Amino acid sequence: MSNALSRKFTPSKVGLAIAAPLAAAIFSILISSLAVIASKKSPVDAFKTMWEFGTTTGSLMEVINTATPYYIAAIAIAVTFRAGLFNIGVEGQLRLGALFSCYIGAMFVLPPVLHVAAVFIVAMTFGGLWAAIAAYLKVKRGVNEVISTIMLNALAGGLSAYLLSKHFALVEEGSNNLQTKELPASAQIPDLMPLLRKLGVEDQPGGGVYGMFFVAVALGLIFWFVVNRTRFGFELRASGLNPIAARVSGVNSKKMTFIALVISGAIAGLSGLPEVLGQTHSYNLGFRAGIGFSAIAVALLGRNSAGGMAISALLFGFLEVSSRALELIDIAPETYVIMQGSILLSSVVAYEVVRRFRLTLQSKELAKVVQA
Amino acid sequence: MKAMKILRYATMLVFVLASIRIITGASDLTSSGTASAALLLSVPIVLAALGGLFSERAGVVNIGLEGMMIMGAWAGGYIGSQHGPWAGLFAAMIFGSIGALVHAIATVTFGVDHVVSGVAINIIAAGLVRYLSTLLYQGGSWPGPSQSPGIESISLNGLPVLSGGHYFGWKSPDLLGSIANLNWFFVSDMASILRGLTGDVSYVTVVAICFVPLAYFILWRTAFGLRLRSAGEAPVAAESLGVNVYAMKYAGVLISGGFAGLGGGFLAIVAASNYQENQVAGRGYIGLAALLFGNYRPGGLLAGAGLFGFADALQLRDSAAIHALLLFIVAILAFVAFRKFKAGKQMSAILSIAAAGFTLWFYFAVDELPGQLVTMTPYIATILVMALASQRLRMPAADGIPYRRGGLR
Repeated sequence: MSNALSRKFTPSKVGLAIAAPLAAAIFSILISSLAVIASKKSPVDAFKTMWEFGTTTGSLMEVINTATPYYIAAIAIAVTFRAGLFNIGVEGQLRLGALFSCYIGAMFVLPPVLHVAAVFIVAMTFGGLWAAIAAYLKVKRGVNEVISTIMLNALAGGLSAYLLSKHFALVEEGSNNLQTKELPASAQIPDLMPLLRKLGVEDQPGGGVYGMFFVAVALGLIFWFVVNRTRFGFELRASGLNPIAARVSGVNSKKMTFIALVISGAIAGLSGLPEVLGQTHSYNLGFRAGIGFSAIAVALLGRNSAGGMAISALLFGFLEVSSRALELIDIAPETYVIMQGSILLSSVVAYEVVRRFRLTLQSKELAKVVQA
Repeated sequence: MKAMKILRYATMLVFVLASIRIITGASDLTSSGTASAALLLSVPIVLAALGGLFSERAGVVNIGLEGMMIMGAWAGGYIGSQHGPWAGLFAAMIFGSIGALVHAIATVTFGVDHVVSGVAINIIAAGLVRYLSTLLYQGGSWPGPSQSPGIESISLNGLPVLSGGHYFGWKSPDLLGSIANLNWFFVSDMASILRGLTGDVSYVTVVAICFVPLAYFILWRTAFGLRLRSAGEAPVAAESLGVNVYAMKYAGVLISGGFAGLGGGFLAIVAASNYQENQVAGRGYIGLAALLFGNYRPGGLLAGAGLFGFADALQLRDSAAIHALLLFIVAILAFVAFRKFKAGKQMSAILSIAAAGFTLWFYFAVDELPGQLVTMTPYIATILVMALASQRLRMPAADGIPYRRGGLR
């Protein structure tokens, strides 16, 4: 994609790179202001309240905790996007990953780090296996993975509800909440409060930052390295960008499709764990729903790049956490979904417009070079 | 000829179901209640699939059907509870088309990837209606942040003479109903299924089913339909012959949104009596699957939607019937094995026999399927059918490829 022409930095190119996010930001601020005005409130007050509440230390920790699973799940989706596929099934994969890792992880006790590793492996195995169904159907039967993963989401919902209530849950007298046996301490991941205290951060009533934060960062780095700097990553991108050319140059595109979907499922399996291992220590009925769907938006907004997805995950987390303060000034906190939605759509459109504009510029430059 | 073939298959299907009913005693398999519920549950899927048909035939993949249905359902609840059900259905169509307009602007004008835009619309629509519902609840006009006030119902009617119904104060006899009550093998099964499909049907259902032949007529028998389909098959060639491809794609996507919105409105107004959050629950996606199953043809999508409606109706009404349905799967697998054997494919024949044997064992090993698993039936049916049908599908040649008039992509 990036050829010699676009490698050079010129003012117009830097301007183009900034143009898309800027246009998207302005457009989405406009739309969300309209939404606030529709409820007869001042948008300036709304944004100010959100900013003031969202930037307190306690809120920022929550922002990170909200963003961590989004980020891991977005990486899972980006793996498939890079291969020209679309795994909408992250929601189901992470649910089964979390359920099985809690159930199996609570069966035994291992030394601390090993136990966590074992739990990770269980989560990745079940997430990957669930995605493998879609991968098999795609490669062997030609079933569109978008449709099959959506159906598999619904199946994962039913299956996990059945397994939890009939087989995995502890029977407790007088309690309506079904939950698996609590994970032993060796499988729990401590929060980062001790570390943060050394940095001068005070204790917050909401608790600290999940330890899985580091796992998310590491996954981001691995994702960046593997996709951009290895042969496997090259073949993955090649089969996504131009399947025919990839096949001609010796890339087995069916194999890449299968591997990409299974790896995606395995990473998705991990994305349910931050809260489970860091806070609840068991899988219960209140397991947070919708991570897999928000993560699609995060991946799209972040352009499937490790850095971009990190920023958009944090942005989504920030909007979600800070919008709670809107209730104080009588605005529906649900405003944040309007903000997320308008940012997503306008950025997708803005990037496409800029891409086309850049193509036109490039072909003009090329024409000049050829004429000279 | 084709009609005869369909009739023959339908008769065979009822015969097999009737036999299973006799063997297992699961009377809901062919009861008129199941048939009527299946019809009711099929209609939103038919409408979504029709929406998909227009959009995909014009070359625009429409995953956003789900979001457009959500917007339609909300508008149906909002307008329907204030101005009556018919106004609600109209508003549902309009709102679905608004969602579709966004999709059209993004995909046709700006060339955004169709799946990306569609998913974005689904996320936005769900958020938008949640926000609007909260506003209405806070304003005091809605009973809850996730449901609208009740909506007046639309009256039902049946075929005259055959299945009851009222015409100008005259109460028609119910022939099929009386035959169904006789409990004759096959004859009564057939009668009760027909009674369920033709008696106590909402006028909206009748209109919706009539849209299927209408869609066929518009797409395959009019100049507009030819142009629209040409935009989905070979846009460059169409453009060179003077077809305004952008306009055709816009038309296809907007009609698509109208159908999807109507499907959503149907859920709120006809299938229920008010709007509830998560009412759509993936039916837009299932509609898309029905369309794929039906190979992008009106008749095929009707069959696909009917299948999902039937599976959904059975799981809602009677979980014992789902258990009995396992025998149905055994019958299908045995049939497949027979066909494969005749075609000389011993290996696949043996595999099918093995699968049939396993299903039969499962049928006897388990007395009753747990509720959470029964709710999965329509989705399992979707996946199985897609796995069996996908290889003979032919989607419009330029479906999903962003088109840009005369130049760079």
